[in-house]
Amino acid sequence: MMTFEVTIYVTWKNGVLDPQGAAVTESLHKLGYEGVESVSISKMMQVRLTAEKEEVEAQVTEMCEKLLANPVIEDYTFEIEEVISL
Amino acid sequence: MKFAVIMFPGSNCDLDMFHAIQDGIGEEVSYVWHNDTNLDEYDGVLLPGGFSYGDYLRAGAIAHFSPIMEAVKKAAAEGKPVLGVCNGFQVLLESGLLPGAMRRNENLHFICKNAALQVENTETMFTRSYAPGQEVIIPVAHGEGNYYCDEKTLAALKENNQIAFTYKQNQNGSVADIAGITNEAGNVLGMMPHPERAMETLLGSEDGKKLFESIVKEWKDKHAITT
Repeated sequence: MMTFEVTIYVTWKNGVLDPQGAAVTESLHKLGYEGVESVSISKMMQVRLTAEKEEVEAQVTEMCEKLLANPVIEDYTFEIEEVISL
Repeated sequence: MKFAVIMFPGSNCDLDMFHAIQDGIGEEVSYVWHNDTNLDEYDGVLLPGGFSYGDYLRAGAIAHFSPIMEAVKKAAAEGKPVLGVCNGFQVLLESGLLPGAMRRNENLHFICKNAALQVENTETMFTRSYAPGQEVIIPVAHGEGNYYCDEKTLAALKENNQIAFTYKQNQNGSVADIAGITNEAGNVLGMMPHPERAMETLLGSEDGKKLFESIVKEWKDKHAITT
């Protein structure tokens, strides 16, 4: 068993309007940043877990599918890093 | 007819729902805790509004994994009426009993006011006591009621007559002004407006009463046939 630090990004699916992103885009325009074309506000989650190396990816995928992302409106990606204890 | 009102930690319209059944339409009703696992003794299941599990992660996402939800799915599969209001609707979406998902309201505000709704389908077990095309006043109170589904799902909702209620004035950004939808079988209804808060004219509107009366009428018709 090893320890891993997993960073999961849950983002809006293409074509799903994110009301928060739209409001922030408008605010940035008001501040004079007219070049801002769009803003999308996503979630980043950091998960520390202990697992067998070959099972980590499958486990995290399952977590995303079951709970962390809603596949109707959200996509997810993740990065896995091994924690090296000294 | 015996109803169950499911209580999740963070539900806050459970008492209103209980009151609507007991005093509004005079039927039997009990609270059922989220850790329970059996709904066999009930004829109808009600998921109330509120903020189950603090709406953490996404509204309804964590409640979906409560032990009671397996029993709710079983009741739905058996054809019993299952009604989810507000947060209850969000739980039904997250659990896949209804298609689609909720986003934050378009204007990012929590909207709390009376809403004029159009009854789109009076053929369902939840709406049969309304007149076709009837307009009703039922209060809304939500921050995440901006219904979303893709075009294919919307086409299917329309084709199967699954849209039960729409907003006369779209206030939260919902696709196709959707305020409430049923599943394909027609025995699961999710809606953002609160019919349990529209039971007495003295308190603003009694337009919600017909919804609960419809459920009971349907059940009594069915019961009379099978016994």
